[in-house]
Amino acid sequence: MSPESAILLSLGIPLAGAVLIALFGRRPNLREGVTLTTAALLFGTVLTLVPGIMAGGRPEATLIEMLPGLPLRFEVEPLGMLFALIASGLWIVNSIYSIGYMRANREKNQTRFYICFAIALASTMGIAFAGNMLTLFVFYEALTLSTYPLVTHKGDAAAKQGGRTYLGILLFTSIGLQLLAIIWTWQVAGTLDFTLGGILAGKAEGPVVGILLLLYIYGIGKAALMPFHRWLPAAMVAPTPVSALLHAVAVVKAGVFTVMKVVVYIFGIDLLASTGQNLWLIYLAAASILIASLVAMTKDNLKARLAYSTVSQLGYVVLGAALATSWGVIGGSMHIAMHAFGKITLFFCAGAIYTATQKTEVSELSGLGRVMPFTFGAFLIGALSIIGLPPFGGLWGKWYLALGALQAGQIAMVAVLMISSLLSIAYLMPIPIQGFFGKGNGNPGPVEIKEAPLPCLIAIGITAFGCLALFFFPDPIYQLLRPLGFNTNDP
Amino acid sequence: MIATHLPALQIVVPLVSAPICLLLRRSGLAWALASIVSWAALACAALLLQQVLSSGPISYHLGGWAPPWGIEYRIDAVNGFVLLIVAAIGAVVMPYARVSVAHELPEEQHATFYTALLLCLTGLLGVTITGDAFNLFVFLEISSLSSYVLIALGRDRRALTAAFQYLVMGTIGATFIVIGVGLLYMVTGTLNMLDLAERLPPMSENRTVLAAFAFLTVGAGLKLALFPLHFWLPNAYAYAPSAVTAFLAATATKVSIYILLRFFFTVFGAANTLELGTLENLLIPLGVAAILVCSTVAIFQTDVKRMLAYSSVAQVGYIVLGIGFASTTGLTAAIVHLFNHAMTKGGLFLALGCVVLRLGSARLESLEGLGRRMPLTMFAFVLGGLSLIGVPLTAGFISKWMLVQAALEQDNRFLAAAVAAVILIGSLLAIVYIWRVVEVAYFRPAPEGDGEGEIAEAPLSMLIPTWFLIGASIYFGIDTSLTLGVAKRAAELLLGGGA
Repeated sequence: MSPESAILLSLGIPLAGAVLIALFGRRPNLREGVTLTTAALLFGTVLTLVPGIMAGGRPEATLIEMLPGLPLRFEVEPLGMLFALIASGLWIVNSIYSIGYMRANREKNQTRFYICFAIALASTMGIAFAGNMLTLFVFYEALTLSTYPLVTHKGDAAAKQGGRTYLGILLFTSIGLQLLAIIWTWQVAGTLDFTLGGILAGKAEGPVVGILLLLYIYGIGKAALMPFHRWLPAAMVAPTPVSALLHAVAVVKAGVFTVMKVVVYIFGIDLLASTGQNLWLIYLAAASILIASLVAMTKDNLKARLAYSTVSQLGYVVLGAALATSWGVIGGSMHIAMHAFGKITLFFCAGAIYTATQKTEVSELSGLGRVMPFTFGAFLIGALSIIGLPPFGGLWGKWYLALGALQAGQIAMVAVLMISSLLSIAYLMPIPIQGFFGKGNGNPGPVEIKEAPLPCLIAIGITAFGCLALFFFPDPIYQLLRPLGFNTNDP
Repeated sequence: MIATHLPALQIVVPLVSAPICLLLRRSGLAWALASIVSWAALACAALLLQQVLSSGPISYHLGGWAPPWGIEYRIDAVNGFVLLIVAAIGAVVMPYARVSVAHELPEEQHATFYTALLLCLTGLLGVTITGDAFNLFVFLEISSLSSYVLIALGRDRRALTAAFQYLVMGTIGATFIVIGVGLLYMVTGTLNMLDLAERLPPMSENRTVLAAFAFLTVGAGLKLALFPLHFWLPNAYAYAPSAVTAFLAATATKVSIYILLRFFFTVFGAANTLELGTLENLLIPLGVAAILVCSTVAIFQTDVKRMLAYSSVAQVGYIVLGIGFASTTGLTAAIVHLFNHAMTKGGLFLALGCVVLRLGSARLESLEGLGRRMPLTMFAFVLGGLSLIGVPLTAGFISKWMLVQAALEQDNRFLAAAVAAVILIGSLLAIVYIWRVVEVAYFRPAPEGDGEGEIAEAPLSMLIPTWFLIGASIYFGIDTSLTLGVAKRAAELLLGGGA
């Protein structure tokens, strides 16, 4: 298969899957079979692109010229390759999990759920492989809209309210700020193609760079940089598989991925570092990391706590981009992968706990670890990985980020990273500790207490194992990302 | 033979068919004739545009009388494109009208309805095609008078006052236009637009010419519902029969905008009467006000038809804004939005017509639970709404992109950023008013008591036209070679002055 057709197939497969899912809507087993097959095919297709990228190839494909001089164009580069691999790979795991979760909880409208999920994945692939900013924006919006029915899946008042916040913030930031920044860039640079070293270098300077960066950073609402993070906790009204794959992996990662793309390929890290406009962004990211961690500690609802933890962790990636050094970019990008595995594990566990016991609050989980040892064990692994302790993958993201901070001469940021790790211990560790060693409240709820359905457990096992494996084998990711650090100013 | 007389056929066929419709009396026959005529008009418009694009402007001398004495029909990229828009909407609305009209109007009025609709179509096509200023006024009156009748046919009694209100305002507008044309004739002695364009430059300081310019601007402004001259529009759209609302919303204001474009750039453009500053100072503030005020007002409407009507005024604001920039990009944006908005708003009003057919009203609260009961109609509405907001992969996005680009091209940096921000704020306001409908239709349970089975999906004869326009508003958001290409040519033509 040629790389060009692989790129187009990566978008076409999930879309075709969506159509088939709709056709088989009345036969759940066949429908879920289609979902799994689609996910596996997609991952396989994405995998075929890897060797070429590793060898330095940058395959591209052009669909149609949407605006004069601005086609819908795809070009695969390391960052997008990594993002596509994570999203498509975890989709398989997540689909297994969804089947267990959606059936055990007797959710309604499951066909719509799987259709929207497939469309969301197609949009994610579009974002990952976008060759210019317009293409990225198109799929960015498609992702927002295709996930709206997923967020509001329950269809009750709370879902409507959550959906309102979700759509309101994401569309406000993207149309109000990001689109303006994109058209402005087009005006200034005359191109929107992602180019290593940036397209604004030599075309914009001083305050314009600063304003554009501000518009981009806050315009990419999916990166959930405070104060535009409210949509993420609001999105937690969705069923847990949605929170897991979309709001811990695809959607939020699409946000920070876009930030990375903008910093590396639109501005160019040299331009940012030389104008000094990245400084305030560093501080904003640091503030977001710390404040979100503090808020997470106050949340008793498990999913809300995880959501704020995500906001905090997304700040890491933005920080990596803001540092505008080669290690910073590599660390931030690596953190996209590491956090994805850790956080999806945590969400899977939260969903498994809900499925088995209908419990949603942290304070209710005391003693539950002894009843659901597997789930809580996996939770512990995910938590340790998020905190950044060996032997789990989360360590590497922080490692390179700290290197990047040193490279940029920002010692304070190393401290921020350390404090944030301590904070994440404070908000994550009580859950497994209470679970295993807490007393329990003595009167088991109306639901018989046991582990979640088997498909859920399989999914949890895979991602927890992933956290472990990434600690020992981070090298492929590092090799993939190395070209991004090209062309930078070493200290 | 036929090819050379296409410009005349474009007008004569619907004009002659209109009284025949009345004579046929039978509803079905009148509808069939009207539909066939509207399709013929579309074919005619498409052929004309193709001819213009391949071999330049067409000049047709009516009755063989050479201009400037005889009436000239003159088709270039600008009005060729507008002709296509009007004819296409006509051809989509006619088939749709049958069920909708049968439901909303008593049997004996059907033939009158189709007659009036055909006359209105004739008038709008005539305004667009003619190269003669007075002839333009005549066709404008044909379309206006027939549209007063069409609106008054609405079954709500308030349709009568709405029609009357429109009659008063429309007549003032038309009178202003004829006064403007009269003044021009007084000083130049000609009515042919090209001839006017040649004779006006030496007298650009002439007070009479300036007065004519002012009268024409205000007259056209009234007809196109330029904020703050828009007060007739929401009532007229809200109470007219559904098919009429869709037809007028997509065509009438667009043709009036064409009048403005033609006079500003072709007739006065060469004369340089038009200091570009004037245009900027007048149209940009009005456009901005229209976008902000009318989008906000739309949010508070309880009747969805009325809400979309206010949205139309806001969308006219975008077009006027594009004209106000008076740059190639600005005019391209304006003209492309003319097309895109016609498709989108036409589709939205057709979708609402389906709702009215089944529910009898378009009040917001009556839409409860409709997402489940009329899934195809409501999904069409949502897609149209997305285009109105300007989400990527819809036609609205292309318009917004071009407009913001035109705004950012302005020399005054501060003004540029402010106007670009207003355009985007308008989009955000559109999210609010569209999502009010979405939430009611999809998140509120259907009201108890009237039974699930009672309210079914609209018939195919209405769904297909609706989806045709909605599909067009998606298609032209992805493949823009036709729309942007023609709009750009038209914009260059207008700014080149004269021909």
